[in-house]
Amino acid sequence: MAKLAIHADRGASEGSRFPAHPVDGLAGTSFKHQHITSILEDQAAKRGFFEVHAENYMGAGGPPHAALTRIRQDYPVSLHGVCMSIGGPQPLDKAHLGRFAGLIERYEPALVSEHLAWSTHDTTYYNDLLPLPYTEATLRRVADHIDEVQATIRRPILLENPSTYLLFKESTMSETAFIRELVRRTGCGLLLDVNNVFVSAANHGFSALEYLADYPLEHVGEIHLAGHTEQEDDEGDLLLIDSHDGPVADAVWTLFDIVIGRCGPLPTLVEWDSAIPDWPVLKAEAIAAQAILDRHAGAFLRGKSHARG
Amino acid sequence: MRAAREVLSATAGGLGYPERFVPALLDPGRATPALVAGPKGKAANKRFNVYRNNVTVSLIDALAAAFPATMRITGETFFRAMARFHVRETPPTSPLLFEYGRDFPAFIERYEYAQSMPWLSDVARIERAWLDAYHAADAPVLPPHALTSFPAETLGDAVFDAHPSTRLVCSAYPAVTIFSANRESGPVGRIEVRQPESALITRPALEVEVRRLPPGADAFLCSLLSAESFGSAAATASARCPEFDLANAIIVMLGAGAFTAIRHGG
Repeated sequence: MAKLAIHADRGASEGSRFPAHPVDGLAGTSFKHQHITSILEDQAAKRGFFEVHAENYMGAGGPPHAALTRIRQDYPVSLHGVCMSIGGPQPLDKAHLGRFAGLIERYEPALVSEHLAWSTHDTTYYNDLLPLPYTEATLRRVADHIDEVQATIRRPILLENPSTYLLFKESTMSETAFIRELVRRTGCGLLLDVNNVFVSAANHGFSALEYLADYPLEHVGEIHLAGHTEQEDDEGDLLLIDSHDGPVADAVWTLFDIVIGRCGPLPTLVEWDSAIPDWPVLKAEAIAAQAILDRHAGAFLRGKSHARG
Repeated sequence: MRAAREVLSATAGGLGYPERFVPALLDPGRATPALVAGPKGKAANKRFNVYRNNVTVSLIDALAAAFPATMRITGETFFRAMARFHVRETPPTSPLLFEYGRDFPAFIERYEYAQSMPWLSDVARIERAWLDAYHAADAPVLPPHALTSFPAETLGDAVFDAHPSTRLVCSAYPAVTIFSANRESGPVGRIEVRQPESALITRPALEVEVRRLPPGADAFLCSLLSAESFGSAAATASARCPEFDLANAIIVMLGAGAFTAIRHGG
Protein backbone atom coordinates (compact mmCIF):
# COMPACT_ATOMS: atom_id res chain seq x y z
CA MET A 1 0.00 0.00 0.00
CA ALA A 2 2.93 2.33 0.54
CA LYS A 3 3.30 2.60 -3.22
CA LEU A 4 -0.16 4.05 -3.70
CA ALA A 5 -0.12 7.64 -4.88
CA ILE A 6 -2.67 9.01 -2.44
CA HIS A 7 -0.46 11.48 -0.70
CA ALA A 8 -2.89 12.78 1.83
CA ASP A 9 0.01 13.90 3.98
CA ARG A 10 1.72 15.78 1.15
CA GLY A 11 1.85 19.52 1.29
CA ALA A 12 2.37 19.68 5.01
CA SER A 13 6.13 19.58 4.66
CA GLU A 14 8.34 22.54 5.39
CA GLY A 15 8.36 25.22 2.72
CA SER A 16 4.93 24.23 1.46
CA ARG A 17 2.93 27.00 -0.18
CA PHE A 18 -0.47 25.42 0.38
CA PRO A 19 -2.46 23.63 3.09
CA ALA A 20 -2.30 19.82 2.95
CA HIS A 21 -6.05 19.20 2.24
CA PRO A 22 -6.43 15.39 2.31
CA VAL A 23 -8.37 13.92 -0.62
CA ASP A 24 -9.29 10.56 0.96
CA GLY A 25 -12.90 9.59 0.57
CA LEU A 26 -13.85 12.73 -1.35
CA ALA A 27 -15.76 13.28 -4.57
CA GLY A 28 -14.72 16.12 -6.87
CA THR A 29 -15.18 17.56 -10.32
CA SER A 30 -13.20 18.92 -13.24
CA PHE A 31 -12.24 22.54 -12.54
CA LYS A 32 -13.55 24.91 -15.19
CA HIS A 33 -12.67 28.60 -15.03
CA GLN A 34 -16.22 29.76 -15.65
CA HIS A 35 -17.21 28.14 -12.34
CA ILE A 36 -14.66 29.80 -10.08
CA THR A 37 -16.93 32.57 -8.77
CA SER A 38 -19.73 30.11 -8.04
CA ILE A 39 -17.31 27.71 -6.35
CA LEU A 40 -15.79 30.36 -4.11
CA GLU A 41 -19.23 31.70 -3.16
CA ASP A 42 -20.53 28.20 -2.44
CA GLN A 43 -19.55 27.55 1.15
CA ALA A 44 -21.44 24.24 1.07
CA ALA A 45 -18.97 23.09 -1.61
CA LYS A 46 -16.04 23.17 0.82
CA ARG A 47 -15.93 19.39 0.95
CA GLY A 48 -14.48 18.02 -2.26
CA PHE A 49 -11.61 18.38 -4.69
CA PHE A 50 -10.87 19.61 -8.19
CA GLU A 51 -8.99 18.11 -11.08
CA VAL A 52 -7.22 20.07 -13.81
CA HIS A 53 -5.65 19.05 -17.10
CA ALA A 54 -1.96 19.74 -16.55
CA GLU A 55 -1.38 21.15 -20.06
CA ASN A 56 -3.81 24.03 -19.50
CA TYR A 57 -1.48 25.32 -16.77
CA MET A 58 1.78 25.07 -18.66
CA GLY A 59 1.76 28.70 -19.74
CA ALA A 60 4.07 31.09 -17.91
CA GLY A 61 1.43 33.09 -16.03
CA GLY A 62 -1.90 34.83 -16.30
CA PRO A 63 -5.45 33.96 -15.24
CA PRO A 64 -5.05 30.15 -15.36
CA HIS A 65 -2.40 30.18 -12.64
CA ALA A 66 -4.23 32.83 -10.63
CA ALA A 67 -7.40 30.68 -10.64
CA LEU A 68 -5.64 27.42 -9.81
CA THR A 69 -3.66 29.07 -7.00
CA ARG A 70 -6.90 30.37 -5.50
CA ILE A 71 -8.63 26.98 -5.76
CA ARG A 72 -5.61 25.13 -4.36
CA GLN A 73 -5.70 27.30 -1.22
CA ASP A 74 -9.12 25.88 -0.31
CA TYR A 75 -9.15 22.43 -1.91
CA PRO A 76 -7.07 19.37 -2.72
CA VAL A 77 -6.15 19.37 -6.40
CA SER A 78 -5.62 16.47 -8.75
CA LEU A 79 -3.19 17.07 -11.61
CA HIS A 80 -4.29 15.05 -14.64
CA GLY A 81 -1.82 14.87 -17.52
CA VAL A 82 -3.35 14.36 -20.93
CA CYS A 83 -0.49 14.59 -23.46
CA MET A 84 2.58 12.81 -22.09
CA SER A 85 2.18 10.18 -24.83
CA ILE A 86 3.31 7.44 -22.45
CA GLY A 87 1.74 4.85 -24.75
CA GLY A 88 3.77 5.86 -27.80
CA PRO A 89 7.05 4.22 -28.78
CA GLN A 90 9.09 7.38 -29.21
CA PRO A 91 11.04 8.95 -26.34
CA LEU A 92 9.06 11.16 -23.99
CA ASP A 93 9.27 14.89 -24.63
CA LYS A 94 11.76 15.99 -21.97
CA ALA A 95 10.60 19.60 -22.04
CA HIS A 96 7.03 18.49 -21.49
CA LEU A 97 8.03 16.18 -18.67
CA GLY A 98 9.94 19.06 -17.10
CA ARG A 99 6.86 21.28 -17.25
CA PHE A 100 4.79 18.51 -15.67
CA ALA A 101 7.32 18.16 -12.84
CA GLY A 102 7.32 21.93 -12.38
CA LEU A 103 3.54 21.99 -11.91
CA ILE A 104 3.72 19.22 -9.31
CA GLU A 105 6.32 21.15 -7.39
CA ARG A 106 4.34 24.37 -7.66
CA TYR A 107 0.86 23.11 -6.76
CA GLU A 108 1.59 20.07 -4.53
CA PRO A 109 -1.32 18.08 -5.98
CA ALA A 110 -2.90 15.35 -3.86
CA LEU A 111 -3.19 13.13 -6.95
CA VAL A 112 -1.11 12.92 -10.14
CA SER A 113 -2.25 10.89 -13.14
CA GLU A 114 -1.64 10.20 -16.83
CA HIS A 115 -3.14 8.04 -19.57
CA LEU A 116 -2.37 4.69 -21.13
CA ALA A 117 -2.45 6.26 -24.60
CA TRP A 118 -0.37 8.27 -27.05
CA SER A 119 -1.00 11.60 -28.74
CA THR A 120 2.28 12.66 -30.35
CA HIS A 121 4.05 10.99 -33.27
CA ASP A 122 7.24 12.46 -34.72
CA THR A 123 6.60 16.15 -34.11
CA THR A 124 2.84 16.19 -34.64
CA TYR A 125 0.48 16.45 -31.70
CA TYR A 126 -2.88 14.83 -32.47
CA ASN A 127 -4.83 16.06 -29.43
CA ASP A 128 -6.53 12.73 -28.80
CA LEU A 129 -5.90 9.72 -26.59
CA LEU A 130 -4.88 7.21 -29.26
CA PRO A 131 -4.83 3.46 -28.58
CA LEU A 132 -1.90 1.05 -28.62
CA PRO A 133 -1.42 -2.66 -29.20
CA TYR A 134 -0.92 -4.76 -26.08
CA THR A 135 2.25 -6.77 -26.73
CA GLU A 136 5.45 -7.65 -24.91
CA ALA A 137 7.24 -4.91 -26.91
CA THR A 138 4.75 -2.15 -26.04
CA LEU A 139 4.64 -3.32 -22.43
CA ARG A 140 8.40 -2.87 -22.08
CA ARG A 141 8.31 0.54 -23.72
CA VAL A 142 5.37 1.86 -21.70
CA ALA A 143 6.92 0.56 -18.47
CA ASP A 144 10.14 2.42 -19.34
CA HIS A 145 8.13 5.61 -19.90
CA ILE A 146 6.31 5.29 -16.60
CA ASP A 147 9.63 4.67 -14.84
CA GLU A 148 11.01 7.84 -16.44
CA VAL A 149 8.01 9.95 -15.43
CA GLN A 150 8.05 8.67 -11.86
CA ALA A 151 11.81 9.17 -11.52
CA THR A 152 11.49 12.74 -12.78
CA ILE A 153 8.57 13.77 -10.58
CA ARG A 154 9.84 11.65 -7.66
CA ARG A 155 6.46 10.11 -6.89
CA PRO A 156 4.25 7.42 -8.42
CA ILE A 157 1.58 8.29 -10.96
CA LEU A 158 -1.90 6.88 -11.30
CA LEU A 159 -2.28 5.39 -14.79
CA GLU A 160 -5.72 5.66 -16.39
CA ASN A 161 -7.30 2.85 -18.41
CA PRO A 162 -8.43 4.07 -21.85
CA SER A 163 -11.77 4.04 -23.59
CA THR A 164 -11.21 2.42 -26.98
CA TYR A 165 -13.14 1.97 -30.20
CA LEU A 166 -11.00 -0.59 -32.02
CA LEU A 167 -8.47 -3.36 -31.48
CA PHE A 168 -4.99 -4.05 -32.84
CA LYS A 169 -4.59 -7.34 -34.68
CA GLU A 170 -1.10 -7.70 -33.22
CA SER A 171 -2.21 -7.53 -29.56
CA THR A 172 -1.22 -10.61 -27.60
CA MET A 173 -2.61 -9.83 -24.16
CA SER A 174 -5.71 -8.36 -22.58
CA GLU A 175 -5.84 -4.76 -21.39
CA THR A 176 -6.22 -5.89 -17.78
CA ALA A 177 -3.19 -8.20 -18.03
CA PHE A 178 -1.21 -5.35 -19.62
CA ILE A 179 -2.17 -2.92 -16.87
CA ARG A 180 -1.51 -5.46 -14.11
CA GLU A 181 1.97 -6.08 -15.46
CA LEU A 182 2.67 -2.33 -15.71
CA VAL A 183 1.78 -1.95 -12.04
CA ARG A 184 4.04 -4.85 -11.13
CA ARG A 185 6.99 -3.53 -13.14
CA THR A 186 6.76 0.18 -12.30
CA GLY A 187 5.01 0.44 -8.94
CA CYS A 188 2.56 2.93 -10.43
CA GLY A 189 -0.96 3.24 -9.05
CA LEU A 190 -4.12 3.23 -11.11
CA LEU A 191 -6.81 5.68 -12.00
CA LEU A 192 -9.83 3.52 -12.74
CA ASP A 193 -12.14 5.29 -15.18
CA VAL A 194 -15.40 3.42 -14.69
CA ASN A 195 -17.01 5.12 -17.67
CA ASN A 196 -14.09 4.01 -19.85
CA VAL A 197 -14.60 0.41 -18.70
CA PHE A 198 -18.28 0.66 -19.56
CA VAL A 199 -17.62 2.29 -22.95
CA SER A 200 -14.91 -0.21 -23.94
CA ALA A 201 -17.00 -3.16 -22.74
CA ALA A 202 -19.92 -2.05 -24.90
CA ASN A 203 -17.67 -1.32 -27.87
CA HIS A 204 -15.82 -4.62 -27.75
CA GLY A 205 -18.60 -6.83 -26.48
CA PHE A 206 -17.08 -7.93 -23.19
CA SER A 207 -18.50 -7.84 -19.68
CA ALA A 208 -17.56 -4.79 -17.61
CA LEU A 209 -17.85 -6.89 -14.46
CA GLU A 210 -15.45 -9.49 -15.82
CA TYR A 211 -13.02 -6.70 -16.72
CA LEU A 212 -13.22 -5.40 -13.16
CA ALA A 213 -12.79 -8.91 -11.75
CA ASP A 214 -9.52 -9.17 -13.70
CA TYR A 215 -8.36 -5.61 -12.96
CA PRO A 216 -5.95 -5.00 -10.05
CA LEU A 217 -8.42 -3.01 -7.96
CA GLU A 218 -6.08 -3.03 -4.95
CA HIS A 219 -3.83 -0.53 -6.76
CA VAL A 220 -6.53 2.00 -7.60
CA GLY A 221 -5.95 5.45 -6.09
CA GLU A 222 -8.63 7.41 -7.91
CA ILE A 223 -11.88 6.84 -9.80
CA HIS A 224 -13.13 8.75 -12.83
CA LEU A 225 -16.78 9.06 -13.84
CA ALA A 226 -18.08 10.82 -16.93
CA GLY A 227 -20.88 10.90 -19.47
CA HIS A 228 -20.83 9.18 -22.84
CA THR A 229 -22.83 9.38 -26.05
CA GLU A 230 -24.14 6.77 -28.49
CA GLN A 231 -23.24 6.15 -32.13
CA GLU A 232 -23.27 3.11 -34.39
CA ASP A 233 -20.45 0.94 -35.71
CA ASP A 234 -20.19 -0.38 -39.28
CA GLU A 235 -22.61 -3.20 -38.49
CA GLY A 236 -25.21 -0.81 -37.04
CA ASP A 237 -24.51 -1.93 -33.48
CA LEU A 238 -24.11 0.42 -30.56
CA LEU A 239 -20.77 2.26 -30.37
CA LEU A 240 -20.28 4.36 -27.23
CA ILE A 241 -18.22 7.55 -27.36
CA ASP A 242 -16.34 8.77 -24.28
CA SER A 243 -17.55 12.34 -24.82
CA HIS A 244 -17.46 13.92 -21.32
CA ASP A 245 -20.34 16.18 -22.34
CA GLY A 246 -23.21 15.04 -20.17
CA PRO A 247 -24.24 13.43 -16.88
CA VAL A 248 -22.94 10.04 -15.75
CA ALA A 249 -25.10 7.20 -17.09
CA ASP A 250 -27.17 5.08 -14.68
CA ALA A 251 -25.28 1.91 -15.62
CA VAL A 252 -21.98 3.63 -14.82
CA TRP A 253 -23.30 4.71 -11.40
CA THR A 254 -24.18 1.06 -10.75
CA LEU A 255 -20.69 -0.11 -11.71
CA PHE A 256 -19.20 2.64 -9.55
CA ASP A 257 -21.25 1.46 -6.56
CA ILE A 258 -19.90 -2.06 -7.05
CA VAL A 259 -16.31 -0.81 -7.31
CA ILE A 260 -16.59 1.32 -4.17
CA GLY A 261 -18.19 -1.61 -2.34
CA ARG A 262 -15.06 -3.61 -3.12
CA CYS A 263 -12.37 -0.89 -2.81
CA GLY A 264 -13.75 1.48 -0.20
CA PRO A 265 -14.27 5.24 -0.56
CA LEU A 266 -11.60 6.13 -3.15
CA PRO A 267 -11.25 9.74 -4.32
CA THR A 268 -13.74 10.04 -7.17
CA LEU A 269 -13.76 12.65 -9.89
CA VAL A 270 -16.63 13.54 -12.21
CA GLU A 271 -15.26 14.75 -15.55
CA TRP A 272 -17.21 17.16 -17.73
CA ASP A 273 -15.13 18.77 -20.49
CA SER A 274 -17.51 19.78 -23.24
CA ALA A 275 -20.99 21.38 -23.27
CA ILE A 276 -20.09 22.42 -19.72
CA PRO A 277 -23.15 23.16 -17.56
CA ASP A 278 -23.58 25.70 -14.78
CA TRP A 279 -21.84 24.85 -11.52
CA PRO A 280 -24.94 23.47 -9.69
CA VAL A 281 -25.40 20.77 -12.36
CA LEU A 282 -21.78 19.62 -12.15
CA LYS A 283 -21.84 19.86 -8.36
CA ALA A 284 -24.93 17.64 -8.26
CA GLU A 285 -22.93 14.89 -9.97
CA ALA A 286 -20.21 15.17 -7.31
CA ILE A 287 -22.84 15.10 -4.55
CA ALA A 288 -24.27 11.89 -6.01
CA ALA A 289 -20.80 10.34 -6.07
CA GLN A 290 -20.11 11.54 -2.51
CA ALA A 291 -23.32 9.89 -1.28
CA ILE A 292 -22.14 6.52 -2.63
CA LEU A 293 -18.67 7.01 -1.10
CA ASP A 294 -20.16 7.93 2.26
CA ARG A 295 -22.61 5.02 2.21
CA HIS A 296 -19.74 2.56 1.84
CA ALA A 297 -17.26 4.43 4.03
CA GLY A 298 -18.45 3.36 7.47
CA ALA A 299 -18.67 -0.36 6.80
CA PHE A 300 -15.50 -0.39 4.77
CA LEU A 301 -13.39 1.46 7.34
CA ARG A 302 -14.63 -0.81 10.13
CA GLY A 303 -13.67 -3.83 8.05
CA LYS A 304 -10.30 -2.36 7.15
CA SER A 305 -9.37 -1.56 10.72
CA HIS A 306 -9.73 -5.25 11.54
CA ALA A 307 -7.83 -6.33 8.46
CA ARG A 308 -4.96 -3.92 9.09
CA GLY A 309 -4.81 -4.69 12.79
CA MET B 1 2.81 -1.29 -50.22
CA ARG B 2 1.61 -3.69 -47.57
CA ALA B 3 4.91 -5.57 -47.67
CA ALA B 4 6.80 -2.30 -47.19
CA ARG B 5 4.70 -1.42 -44.16
CA GLU B 6 5.23 -4.80 -42.60
CA VAL B 7 8.97 -4.49 -43.05
CA LEU B 8 8.78 -1.09 -41.39
CA SER B 9 6.85 -2.56 -38.49
CA ALA B 10 9.26 -5.45 -38.16
CA THR B 11 12.27 -3.16 -38.09
CA ALA B 12 10.60 -1.19 -35.33
CA GLY B 13 10.38 -4.37 -33.24
CA GLY B 14 6.60 -4.27 -32.92
CA LEU B 15 6.67 -0.58 -32.13
CA GLY B 16 5.75 0.71 -35.58
CA TYR B 17 2.03 1.22 -34.88
CA PRO B 18 1.99 5.04 -34.93
CA GLU B 19 3.53 5.17 -38.44
CA ARG B 20 0.72 2.97 -39.65
CA PHE B 21 -2.03 4.65 -37.62
CA VAL B 22 -1.50 8.37 -38.20
CA PRO B 23 -1.45 8.88 -42.00
CA ALA B 24 -5.21 8.33 -42.26
CA LEU B 25 -6.03 10.40 -39.16
CA LEU B 26 -5.90 13.74 -40.97
CA ASP B 27 -6.52 12.40 -44.47
CA PRO B 28 -10.11 11.24 -45.10
CA GLY B 29 -9.03 9.94 -48.53
CA ARG B 30 -6.97 7.15 -46.97
CA ALA B 31 -8.37 3.77 -45.99
CA THR B 32 -8.66 2.57 -42.40
CA PRO B 33 -5.20 1.29 -41.38
CA ALA B 34 -4.79 -2.44 -41.86
CA LEU B 35 -3.42 -3.01 -38.36
CA VAL B 36 -6.73 -2.32 -36.61
CA ALA B 37 -10.00 -4.24 -36.43
CA GLY B 38 -13.34 -4.37 -34.69
CA PRO B 39 -14.05 -7.15 -32.17
CA LYS B 40 -15.19 -10.60 -33.30
CA GLY B 41 -14.38 -9.99 -36.97
CA LYS B 42 -16.25 -6.68 -37.19
CA ALA B 43 -15.13 -3.87 -39.48
CA ALA B 44 -13.24 -0.88 -38.06
CA ASN B 45 -14.09 1.95 -40.46
CA LYS B 46 -16.58 3.81 -38.29
CA ARG B 47 -14.50 2.88 -35.27
CA PHE B 48 -11.39 4.46 -36.78
CA ASN B 49 -13.50 7.45 -37.79
CA VAL B 50 -14.07 8.19 -34.08
CA TYR B 51 -10.36 8.97 -33.77
CA ARG B 52 -10.35 10.91 -37.04
CA ASN B 53 -13.26 12.95 -35.80
CA ASN B 54 -11.77 13.51 -32.33
CA VAL B 55 -8.51 14.78 -33.80
CA THR B 56 -9.93 17.07 -36.46
CA VAL B 57 -12.90 18.44 -34.53
CA SER B 58 -10.94 19.08 -31.34
CA LEU B 59 -8.29 21.01 -33.27
CA ILE B 60 -10.92 23.03 -35.13
CA ASP B 61 -12.52 23.71 -31.74
CA ALA B 62 -9.16 24.90 -30.43
CA LEU B 63 -8.88 27.40 -33.29
CA ALA B 64 -12.49 28.50 -32.80
CA ALA B 65 -11.77 29.16 -29.12
CA ALA B 66 -8.61 31.13 -29.92
CA PHE B 67 -10.08 33.19 -32.77
CA PRO B 68 -13.65 34.11 -31.73
CA ALA B 69 -13.80 37.51 -33.46
CA THR B 70 -12.47 36.01 -36.68
CA MET B 71 -15.21 33.37 -36.48
CA ARG B 72 -17.87 35.96 -35.73
CA ILE B 73 -16.88 37.87 -38.87
CA THR B 74 -16.86 34.84 -41.17
CA GLY B 75 -19.69 32.91 -39.55
CA GLU B 76 -19.20 29.51 -37.96
CA THR B 77 -19.59 27.37 -41.10
CA PHE B 78 -17.06 29.39 -43.10
CA PHE B 79 -14.65 29.48 -40.16
CA ARG B 80 -14.79 25.75 -39.47
CA ALA B 81 -14.25 24.91 -43.14
CA MET B 82 -11.25 27.25 -43.24
CA ALA B 83 -9.90 25.86 -39.95
CA ARG B 84 -10.29 22.29 -41.23
CA PHE B 85 -7.99 23.05 -44.17
CA HIS B 86 -5.46 24.57 -41.80
CA VAL B 87 -5.61 21.70 -39.31
CA ARG B 88 -4.92 19.18 -42.10
CA GLU B 89 -2.14 21.29 -43.59
CA THR B 90 -0.52 22.42 -40.34
CA PRO B 91 -1.40 20.25 -37.34
CA PRO B 92 0.05 21.32 -33.98
CA THR B 93 3.62 20.49 -33.07
CA SER B 94 3.22 21.16 -29.34
CA PRO B 95 0.92 19.46 -26.82
CA LEU B 96 0.18 22.94 -25.48
CA LEU B 97 -2.89 23.88 -27.52
CA PHE B 98 -2.67 27.53 -26.47
CA GLU B 99 0.45 27.64 -28.64
CA TYR B 100 -1.49 26.43 -31.68
CA GLY B 101 -2.64 28.76 -34.46
CA ARG B 102 0.52 30.82 -34.92
CA ASP B 103 0.45 30.02 -38.65
CA PHE B 104 -3.31 30.50 -38.94
CA PRO B 105 -3.28 34.28 -39.75
CA ALA B 106 -0.84 33.69 -42.63
CA PHE B 107 -3.04 30.82 -43.81
CA ILE B 108 -6.09 33.11 -43.74
CA GLU B 109 -4.16 35.69 -45.75
CA ARG B 110 -3.74 33.25 -48.64
CA TYR B 111 -7.02 31.32 -48.16
CA GLU B 112 -8.85 31.53 -51.45
CA TYR B 113 -12.31 32.18 -50.02
CA ALA B 114 -11.14 34.93 -47.62
CA GLN B 115 -9.63 37.17 -50.30
CA SER B 116 -12.60 39.55 -50.11
CA MET B 117 -11.72 40.22 -46.43
CA PRO B 118 -8.08 41.37 -46.65
CA TRP B 119 -8.20 42.61 -43.04
CA LEU B 120 -9.30 39.24 -41.65
CA SER B 121 -5.77 37.92 -41.16
CA ASP B 122 -4.82 41.02 -39.13
CA VAL B 123 -7.84 40.52 -36.87
CA ALA B 124 -6.59 36.95 -36.40
CA ARG B 125 -3.09 38.28 -35.63
CA ILE B 126 -4.55 40.44 -32.86
CA GLU B 127 -6.41 37.41 -31.47
CA ARG B 128 -3.27 35.26 -31.55
CA ALA B 129 -1.39 38.07 -29.73
CA TRP B 130 -4.28 38.27 -27.23
CA LEU B 131 -3.76 34.59 -26.38
CA ASP B 132 0.00 35.11 -26.00
CA ALA B 133 -0.63 37.98 -23.61
CA TYR B 134 -3.16 35.89 -21.65
CA HIS B 135 -0.59 33.15 -20.93
CA ALA B 136 2.49 35.40 -20.65
CA ALA B 137 4.51 35.57 -17.45
CA ASP B 138 3.19 37.89 -14.75
CA ALA B 139 5.31 40.95 -14.01
CA PRO B 140 4.82 44.34 -12.34
CA VAL B 141 4.46 47.14 -14.88
CA LEU B 142 6.45 50.35 -15.12
CA PRO B 143 4.10 52.93 -13.59
CA PRO B 144 3.05 56.01 -15.62
CA HIS B 145 5.06 58.39 -13.40
CA ALA B 146 8.33 56.47 -13.87
CA LEU B 147 9.58 58.77 -16.62
CA THR B 148 9.35 61.87 -14.45
CA SER B 149 11.79 60.40 -11.94
CA PHE B 150 14.27 59.39 -14.65
CA PRO B 151 17.14 61.91 -15.13
CA ALA B 152 16.06 64.07 -18.08
CA GLU B 153 19.58 64.52 -19.48
CA THR B 154 20.01 60.76 -20.03
CA LEU B 155 16.47 60.02 -21.21
CA GLY B 156 17.53 60.06 -24.87
CA ASP B 157 19.81 57.06 -24.28
CA ALA B 158 17.36 55.16 -22.06
CA VAL B 159 16.04 51.74 -23.10
CA PHE B 160 12.81 50.06 -22.03
CA ASP B 161 12.21 46.44 -20.99
CA ALA B 162 9.01 45.11 -22.55
CA HIS B 163 6.44 43.47 -20.29
CA PRO B 164 6.24 39.72 -21.09
CA SER B 165 2.67 40.20 -22.35
CA THR B 166 3.35 43.13 -24.69
CA ARG B 167 2.56 42.49 -28.37
CA LEU B 168 2.33 44.87 -31.33
CA VAL B 169 0.23 44.10 -34.42
CA CYS B 170 0.49 46.59 -37.30
CA SER B 171 -2.19 46.55 -39.95
CA ALA B 172 -2.85 48.33 -43.24
CA TYR B 173 -6.56 48.07 -42.36
CA PRO B 174 -8.74 49.24 -39.44
CA ALA B 175 -8.07 45.89 -37.76
CA VAL B 176 -8.41 47.12 -34.17
CA THR B 177 -11.83 48.63 -34.76
CA ILE B 178 -12.99 45.44 -36.51
CA PHE B 179 -11.49 43.25 -33.78
CA SER B 180 -13.10 45.27 -30.98
CA ALA B 181 -16.51 45.29 -32.65
CA ASN B 182 -16.50 41.52 -33.08
CA ARG B 183 -14.72 40.22 -30.01
CA GLU B 184 -17.72 40.73 -27.71
CA SER B 185 -21.22 39.43 -28.26
CA GLY B 186 -22.92 42.85 -28.65
CA PRO B 187 -24.33 44.16 -31.93
CA VAL B 188 -21.85 45.17 -34.62
CA GLY B 189 -22.70 48.45 -36.37
CA ARG B 190 -21.37 49.51 -39.73
CA ILE B 191 -17.64 50.14 -39.51
CA GLU B 192 -16.84 53.48 -41.18
CA VAL B 193 -13.15 53.61 -40.34
CA ARG B 194 -10.83 53.18 -43.34
CA GLN B 195 -7.45 54.16 -41.87
CA PRO B 196 -4.71 51.65 -41.04
CA GLU B 197 -4.62 50.77 -37.35
CA SER B 198 -1.98 49.20 -35.15
CA ALA B 199 -2.83 47.30 -31.99
CA LEU B 200 -1.00 47.31 -28.69
CA ILE B 201 -1.85 44.17 -26.70
CA THR B 202 -0.89 44.04 -23.01
CA ARG B 203 -1.87 42.33 -19.78
CA PRO B 204 -0.78 44.58 -16.89
CA ALA B 205 -2.70 42.41 -14.37
CA LEU B 206 -5.20 39.63 -15.17
CA GLU B 207 -7.17 41.32 -17.99
CA VAL B 208 -5.81 41.42 -21.51
CA GLU B 209 -6.11 44.93 -23.00
CA VAL B 210 -6.13 45.81 -26.70
CA ARG B 211 -5.59 49.45 -27.75
CA ARG B 212 -5.39 51.28 -31.03
CA LEU B 213 -2.09 53.14 -31.09
CA PRO B 214 -2.04 56.80 -32.14
CA PRO B 215 -0.27 57.61 -35.47
CA GLY B 216 3.46 56.89 -35.41
CA ALA B 217 3.33 55.23 -32.00
CA ASP B 218 3.55 51.81 -33.66
CA ALA B 219 6.91 52.66 -35.24
CA PHE B 220 8.04 54.17 -31.92
CA LEU B 221 7.03 51.07 -29.94
CA CYS B 222 8.49 48.73 -32.57
CA SER B 223 11.87 50.45 -32.11
CA LEU B 224 11.63 50.36 -28.32
CA LEU B 225 10.75 46.64 -28.40
CA SER B 226 13.94 46.02 -30.40
CA ALA B 227 15.90 47.71 -27.60
CA GLU B 228 16.57 50.91 -29.51
CA SER B 229 17.09 53.96 -27.33
CA PHE B 230 14.28 56.36 -26.49
CA GLY B 231 15.83 59.15 -28.56
CA SER B 232 16.47 57.00 -31.59
CA ALA B 233 12.96 55.47 -31.45
CA ALA B 234 11.39 58.94 -31.26
CA ALA B 235 13.45 60.17 -34.23
CA THR B 236 12.45 57.13 -36.30
CA ALA B 237 8.77 57.61 -35.51
CA SER B 238 8.85 61.36 -36.29
CA ALA B 239 10.60 60.73 -39.59
CA ARG B 240 8.05 58.09 -40.60
CA CYS B 241 4.95 59.89 -39.38
CA PRO B 242 4.69 63.70 -39.25
CA GLU B 243 1.67 63.47 -36.91
CA PHE B 244 3.65 61.50 -34.31
CA ASP B 245 3.01 62.93 -30.83
CA LEU B 246 5.72 61.69 -28.49
CA ALA B 247 4.04 62.75 -25.23
CA ASN B 248 0.76 61.11 -26.17
CA ALA B 249 2.49 57.90 -27.32
CA ILE B 250 4.23 57.62 -23.94
CA ILE B 251 1.00 58.18 -22.04
CA VAL B 252 -0.77 55.47 -24.05
CA MET B 253 2.04 52.92 -23.71
CA LEU B 254 2.69 53.44 -20.01
CA GLY B 255 -1.06 53.49 -19.38
CA ALA B 256 -1.26 50.10 -21.09
CA GLY B 257 1.54 48.67 -18.93
CA ALA B 258 3.70 47.88 -21.95
CA PHE B 259 7.00 47.94 -20.01
CA THR B 260 8.48 46.63 -16.81
CA ALA B 261 11.51 48.91 -16.53
CA ILE B 262 13.42 51.85 -17.95
CA ARG B 263 17.18 51.56 -17.86
CA HIS B 264 20.21 53.66 -18.71
CA GLY B 265 21.34 52.65 -22.17
CA GLY B 266 24.74 52.58 -23.83
